[in-house]
Amino acid sequence: MPRGVPREINVRILEGEGVTKYFGGLAAVSNVDFHVDEGEIVGLIGPNGAGKTTLFNLISASLVPKPGVIKFKGENITGKKPYQICRMGVARTFQMVKIFTNMPVLENVRLGSFFGTLPGMSSADIAREAAELLEFVGLSAMSATPAKDLTLANQKRLEVARALATRPELLLLDELMAGLNATEMAQAMELVKRIRDKGITIVMIEHVMKAIMSVCERIIVLHHGEKIAEGTPREIANSKKVVEVYLGEQADAGS
Amino acid sequence: MDITTFTSNKRFQIWGISLLVVLAALATLPQWVGSYYVVLLTFILMYILITVSWTIFSGPTGYMSLASAAFFGVGVYTSAILFPMTGAVLPLPLIIVIAGIISFILGLLVGALTLRLKGIYFAIFTFGLVLLIQRFLLWFEMNITATRGRFVATLDNNYIYYVMLVIFVATLLTAYFIRRSRFGLALQSIGENEEAAAHIGINVTLVKVIIFAISAVFMGAAGAIMASKLIYIDPYIAFNPLLSFMPVLMAIFGGLGQFYGPIIGAAVFAYLQEFLKTEFPFAYMFTFGLVLVMVMVFMPSGLVGMIQRLLASLKEGPQEKSTPSWTLIFSFLFGILGGLVSWFIFRERRGARVHLKVGGVVTIIVIAFYLILLLLAYLGELRSGYFGI
Ligand SMILES: Nc1ncnc2c1ncn2[C@@H]1O[C@H](COP(=O)(O)OP(=O)(O)OP(=O)(O)O)[C@@H](O)[C@H]1O
Ligand SMILES: [Mg+2]
Repeated sequence: MPRGVPREINVRILEGEGVTKYFGGLAAVSNVDFHVDEGEIVGLIGPNGAGKTTLFNLISASLVPKPGVIKFKGENITGKKPYQICRMGVARTFQMVKIFTNMPVLENVRLGSFFGTLPGMSSADIAREAAELLEFVGLSAMSATPAKDLTLANQKRLEVARALATRPELLLLDELMAGLNATEMAQAMELVKRIRDKGITIVMIEHVMKAIMSVCERIIVLHHGEKIAEGTPREIANSKKVVEVYLGEQADAGS
Repeated sequence: MDITTFTSNKRFQIWGISLLVVLAALATLPQWVGSYYVVLLTFILMYILITVSWTIFSGPTGYMSLASAAFFGVGVYTSAILFPMTGAVLPLPLIIVIAGIISFILGLLVGALTLRLKGIYFAIFTFGLVLLIQRFLLWFEMNITATRGRFVATLDNNYIYYVMLVIFVATLLTAYFIRRSRFGLALQSIGENEEAAAHIGINVTLVKVIIFAISAVFMGAAGAIMASKLIYIDPYIAFNPLLSFMPVLMAIFGGLGQFYGPIIGAAVFAYLQEFLKTEFPFAYMFTFGLVLVMVMVFMPSGLVGMIQRLLASLKEGPQEKSTPSWTLIFSFLFGILGGLVSWFIFRERRGARVHLKVGGVVTIIVIAFYLILLLLAYLGELRSGYFGI
C-alpha cells in the first residue's frame, strides 16, 4: 500500500520486499525491495549475471523467493503457481524466445487468450482478439505461418502478442531489443509505448541504454543481485555508482 | 469444449460418416465371419484402443509413458478378483467400470509422482511402475493369498468382442474430443514448451495428470475384458512389459502427426503381429523388431506421414528427382542382409522345409520394404541428406 501518497496518483501494482534467491551459495537476487506503479514503464538494468532474469522469474513464479514477499495489487502472490500469476494479470516474455514453434502464429496468440484470461470468452471473441493483437504488433500478414519460420524480430513480436492475449495489467519484457537491428529496435520501442498507452504497466530488462533511457520513466539497477540504484533515467545516468559498475562498461562497449 | 472452431464442418462430416459406416460394419461383423476372425478382430481392437489411449497423453506432450502394461494389468487383476471362474462377484459391465476407475486413480497417483520428470527419466519411472506392481503382486499372491495364478470365468467370443468394441468406440471418441478441445491445445503447447505454457495461464501439472489418468481408464477397461480371454492369469501374464512398448511402437509406426495415424499403425501392426505369430512363431519377434527399427529410421513421420507425402508427390509429379544417396543403397543392402540373417536363424530352429518358407517370406518382406523405400527416393520423397549424413 502506498505510504502517505494519494492513492489515485501512485497505485502500486507490484511490490517486492526483501526479495532474495540463492542458487547454491550464489545470491542471484539479494534482499531487493522494489515497487512498480500503475501505468509506469520501469527499466531493469545491470551487468550480465546481475540477477535481472532471476527477478523476473521470481515475479512470474517460475522461482519462489526465499526469503521475501512479492505483492501484486496489494495481494501477496508469493508461492502461487505461474499459471495463477498469469491469470491474475502478469504476463511475460523470455530472454530466449519461447514461442510454440510448430504452431501457426495465430494459434500461439489464441492460446494466450484461451488460458490466460478468465473462462467465458467465446471462440469468436478469442479469434477476433487474436487477429487484433497480430495487427497491433504488425504480424497480420503472417498469421498462418508456422512460428518457427519467423525472423527473430517477428518471433519477439509474436511473444509479445501472446503475452498480451492473456490480458495482462503488468507486462514483463526480458530483453526485447536484444538481437534486433536499428530499425527493428525503433519499432520495438514504439511498440512498448503503444502497449503502455493501452494502460498496461511495463517492466523491461534491457541492455540497450538508448532504449531504456528514452522509454522508461524510472530505472532500477541491479548488480550482483543487489539493488544499487533507482531513479529517473537522468538520475541513473548521473549516478556515480551506476556509472562505475555498469554504464562505464557500457560506454566502453560503445552502446 | 467448442468443436466447431477447430474443425471445418465438412471434414467433421466426412469423418463422422465414415466412422459410422465402419462402426456399422464392425457391429454386424460377427454375423458374417467365423469365430477366428472375431477373436482376431478383438485383439486388433484392443491394440488400437491401447495405442490410441497412449497417444491421448504421450502424443502431444512427448512424454513417453511406459506405464500402459500397468494400467492394463490392473484391469486384468480387477477382473480376476471380481470375475473368477468360481462365480462372478459383480456383473461384468460394472467390473469393467471399476477397472477403469482403479486405473484412473493409479494414473492420478503415478502422474502426480512422476510427471515432473522429463524425457527418459519419465519413461524409466513409468516402466519401473509396471515391474513394481508385478513384483508386489507376485509377492502378495505367494505370501498372502497363496495363489500362484487365478482362473477367470470364460465368456462367449462375440460377447467379448462387443464389449471391446464399446470400449474401443469410447476411447476413440474421448481421444478425438480431447484432441479438439482446449485440453488438446494445452497438451500440445506443453509438448512444445512447457515453461511458456505455464506462463500463459495453463495449469500444466493439472492438465498433465488428468489427461494421463484419463488415458489410463481405457487400458484398464481393456484389461478387464481381456482377462476372460486369457482365462488363466498370473502377475507375469497380467503385467506383460511388452504391452508397455507395443503402443509406443504402434503409434510411431502409424505416425503421431494425424489423429488416425496411431489407429492405422496399430491396426496394421496388430494384424501383422497376429499373422506372424500364428504363421511364423519363431520369425515373429525378429521380423517385428527389424520392421520397427526400419520404420523409426526411415519413416520418422510414420506410415500415414509417408503415405501423405507419397500422395502429394504423385499429385504434383516427382519433385526434384534425386538419386538415392549411398546411405539408401547401404540400407537396401542391409535389408537384404537382414533377410538372409533371419533366413539362417530360422533354418536352425525348424525342420528343413518349413524354415525355407519362413526365411523366404521374411526376406521377401524385408526386400519389399526396401524396394518401396527406393521407389520413394525416386519420387523425391527422401532427398539426399535426409538421413543426416
Ligand atoms: N537456474 C539457475 N541455477 C543456477 N544458477 C542460476 C540459475 N539461473 C541463474 N543463475 C545464476 O544467477 C545469476 C543471475 O542470473 P540472471 O540470469 O538472473 O542474470 P541476468 O541479470 O538476467 O543476466 P543477463 O543480462 O546475462 O541476462 C547468474 O550468476 C546465473 O549464472
Ligand atoms: Mg537475463
